[in-house]
Amino acid sequence: MKKLMRNAVGAIGIDLRLLGMIGALVLLWIIFDLSTGGRFLTPRNLFNLSVQTASVAVMSTGMVFVIVTRHIDLSVGALLGFIAMVMGTLQLNILPEYLGFGHWSIWIITVVVGVLLGTLIGAFQGWVIGYLTVPAFIVTLGGLLIWRGAAWWVTQGQTVAPLDETFRMLGGGVVGTLGDQLSWAVGLAATIGAVVMMVLARRRKSSHGFKVKPLWAEYAMGGIVTALILGYVLVMNAYPLPKGAAKRYAEAQGIEYPADGLFISHGIAIPVIILLVVAIIMTIVAQKTRFGRYVFATGGNPDAAELSGINTRMLTVKVFALMGALTAIAAVIASARLGAVGNDLGVLDELRVIAAAVIGGTALSGGIGTIYGAIIGAVIMQSLQSGMAMVGVDAPLQSIVVGVVLVLAVFIDIIYRRRAGL
Amino acid sequence: MDKQTPLVELKNIELAFGGVKAVNDVSIDLYPGEVVGVLGHNGAGKSTLIKVLSGAYKADAGEIYVNGEKATINNPRDARSYNIETIYQTLALADNLDASSNLFLGREIVNKFGMVDDDSMEAETRKIMKRLNPNFANFKSPVSALSGGQRQSVAITRAVYFNARILIMDEPTAALGPQETEMVAELINQLKAEGIGIFLISHDIHDVMELCDRISVMKNGKLVGTENVADVTDDEILSMIILGKKPS
Ligand SMILES: Nc1ncnc2c1ncn2[C@@H]1O[C@H](COP(=O)(O)OP(=O)(O)O)[C@@H](O)[C@H]1O
Ligand SMILES: [Mg+2]
Repeated sequence: MKKLMRNAVGAIGIDLRLLGMIGALVLLWIIFDLSTGGRFLTPRNLFNLSVQTASVAVMSTGMVFVIVTRHIDLSVGALLGFIAMVMGTLQLNILPEYLGFGHWSIWIITVVVGVLLGTLIGAFQGWVIGYLTVPAFIVTLGGLLIWRGAAWWVTQGQTVAPLDETFRMLGGGVVGTLGDQLSWAVGLAATIGAVVMMVLARRRKSSHGFKVKPLWAEYAMGGIVTALILGYVLVMNAYPLPKGAAKRYAEAQGIEYPADGLFISHGIAIPVIILLVVAIIMTIVAQKTRFGRYVFATGGNPDAAELSGINTRMLTVKVFALMGALTAIAAVIASARLGAVGNDLGVLDELRVIAAAVIGGTALSGGIGTIYGAIIGAVIMQSLQSGMAMVGVDAPLQSIVVGVVLVLAVFIDIIYRRRAGL
Repeated sequence: MDKQTPLVELKNIELAFGGVKAVNDVSIDLYPGEVVGVLGHNGAGKSTLIKVLSGAYKADAGEIYVNGEKATINNPRDARSYNIETIYQTLALADNLDASSNLFLGREIVNKFGMVDDDSMEAETRKIMKRLNPNFANFKSPVSALSGGQRQSVAITRAVYFNARILIMDEPTAALGPQETEMVAELINQLKAEGIGIFLISHDIHDVMELCDRISVMKNGKLVGTENVADVTDDEILSMIILGKKPS
């Protein structure tokens, strides 16, 4: 029976590690749901969970590359705070002066400037690491102090609020969702996209005369993917807007608001869409581009990469620049969600991001890690935190549990690798 | 053979690590279709010398000529552009990647969108492996999961695949069993017949005497001398390696 299971899993082509992570997550969810009397696995909580995960998850995809190349980035939380502060000031105090308050282009300019700033700062840190050979741990530890301090200087410590209306949609919330129809459209498009990719990959493999998976395995995989995507849409659509927001929505649409309320779906939150796009792009970069290949080669054996003609110093600059760009995107999500930028935005995020990547199977010794793993890692981290808060676990105990889970996850990973002979 | 232009000439190469002169004023050359052995004890400077040619190190002094023209080799990429391919003593494999990713590292096949085409690379890898090591079957695992001999096959295949004109083999048979060693010997003879010049680094005199046309011996970073294999005995070479001179 065990062997049969293993063969079936092998044929579908999911590795055991992924299965283990999903299993752990499902177990966690069930435990929290049971101990909160069914409040955890509700559309409302799952919606909040996915929105809360987005910012850290976006950064964790970049952290995979950083850790795979045997580096670390401790500055992401502080950098997120600094970039958010600059973006907040830009959209509130600077741009309205030239464009007028509430101008449609404000959010676009803000995001572009933020991403450019993040890329530049990341590239600079990468340059110090790659070319001046100061260890990443030191450079980004310095960065942590520098950018947190710099964030304070931007506004002399004052909170920036309220952020631009359109910009705030990027953080989710009542207005920042797709609604039911658009959510279904996105879900269908994603499903079709995934299935088409699977069919093309199979054709390509058989055209080279390689062995392909049995057809039933392909169907099973396609079925699982479809069920996951459409199931997610279904759950998000099952979460209605609160009364006030539904009323405002009805007025805006010119619909009469009935006395017994109106069921308007949230649908998928925009930050989740951003995360989805980032995840797809980062996966393609990791698996299908030369840059991604060199990231993994360099992590596996820096000397071999160098001897193969790869410019590993420039590669370091690019990896950190990418990390900076993703930090900026995370800054957009985090600040837009709160509608304000305070001094503590992003505090301790570096640890959450690193933990997400590591729980997701990224090896600190370099060369190993996946984008989807890091994202699942981020979901596990956030589930732990939200779940414990919901159960009513004291804050100090929460951090103890998270710490224990982190160490345990890495320990299990080490055992798994030893067994698998990797 | 001496009338031709040499494929490569290394002239008066010097390279020091800190205070240690790993290579001290060494000149060697190589003609098309020729195998030149580089012999010497561990630490004699063989690997360092050929790493200057492969672009891994930059010489402190000296010149490199390829086909009679002065060549600038500042990095491995430059060396590859002169069709110089190297099998390093350490194999220089990324252990976490599979055979075809290693074979094509730095020179990936891309499709029309610029995306790495893993399937084509695997197909090519299967083709060349069929020729060089028909027993090789594990194309999916990271090379860390392969045996020493299989890893060596990957490194050798990588050097041969890209139409090398000058091939550097640094201890290519170190990790191999007798059967695989025999296969490498066959390969060397075959490449030689195609007009490729080969530097064969080794500390096994027997191998070298069998396969090489000429032998250069190094000791303590210096070149002891270069001899035609036909003109010397094993003992004479041995004396060059150990004593640093031919017995009189
Ligand atoms: N990267 C390095 N840094 C410092 N010293 C080195 C390095 N590589 C080689 N050496 C030294 O240079 C000398 C020659 O080494 P090497 O060329 O590897 O010899 P061989 O290949 O003949 O055994 C040795 O003394 C060795 O310790
Ligand atoms: Mg050596």
